[in-house]
Amino acid sequence: MATIHIEYFAILREHVGQSSEEWQTGATTVGDLFEELDRRYAFPDMGRMKVAVNQEFGEWNTALKDGDSVVFIPPVAGG
Amino acid sequence: MTGFSFSRDPLTPELYRERLSDQAAGAYATFEGWVRDHNDGRAVNKLDYEGYEALGIKEGERIVAAALDKFDIANACCVHRLGNLAIGDLAVWVGVSSAHRAEAFEACRFIIDEVKHRVPIWKKEHYADGDSGWVNCEGYTEAG
Repeated sequence: MATIHIEYFAILREHVGQSSEEWQTGATTVGDLFEELDRRYAFPDMGRMKVAVNQEFGEWNTALKDGDSVVFIPPVAGG
Repeated sequence: MTGFSFSRDPLTPELYRERLSDQAAGAYATFEGWVRDHNDGRAVNKLDYEGYEALGIKEGERIVAAALDKFDIANACCVHRLGNLAIGDLAVWVGVSSAHRAEAFEACRFIIDEVKHRVPIWKKEHYADGDSGWVNCEGYTEAG
């Protein structure tokens, strides 16, 4: 099991009701972690999302390790 | 001065302009994004901008660096506002100085287009009818 620091922003922060949490998981990739959290929280369907691992863009198949920091990035709308 | 930053306070273009000045520059182009009172046919009362700042600054800096690499310009910068904004407030500012005007215009356009697509910033609109929503995140239905 790994402990992952997860930060939530915008629509996900409001949906989950908190801006971060420590999550114990057996998931081995970022994509598996997302699916696990989606089962827990039933995230709204937002279309194409991105993900960041340790403050840098990652891929859905990026391997997770204990202590990683993960952010799921809903479609952006700056400007 | 060159680079990308976020600001929780009102933006101050007159200060950014001074930082972009360069004796080799004969042109200075800017873009200002303002909060407007409607979107997609709905009346908007105010906006909230939220950013993932740790990554947003890195990605914004990469965009400005790409503009400096791609165009023959002297300096460039972009500042994006975060927090609660009212109609008419300045949400984002881009400035570019260069020897000639064509590159200044092009680089300015490049930076704002890339920032809108790549930097993790989200916008929540508050509508006149009391409803609110995160732009580009709500009402999504899978094609087909």
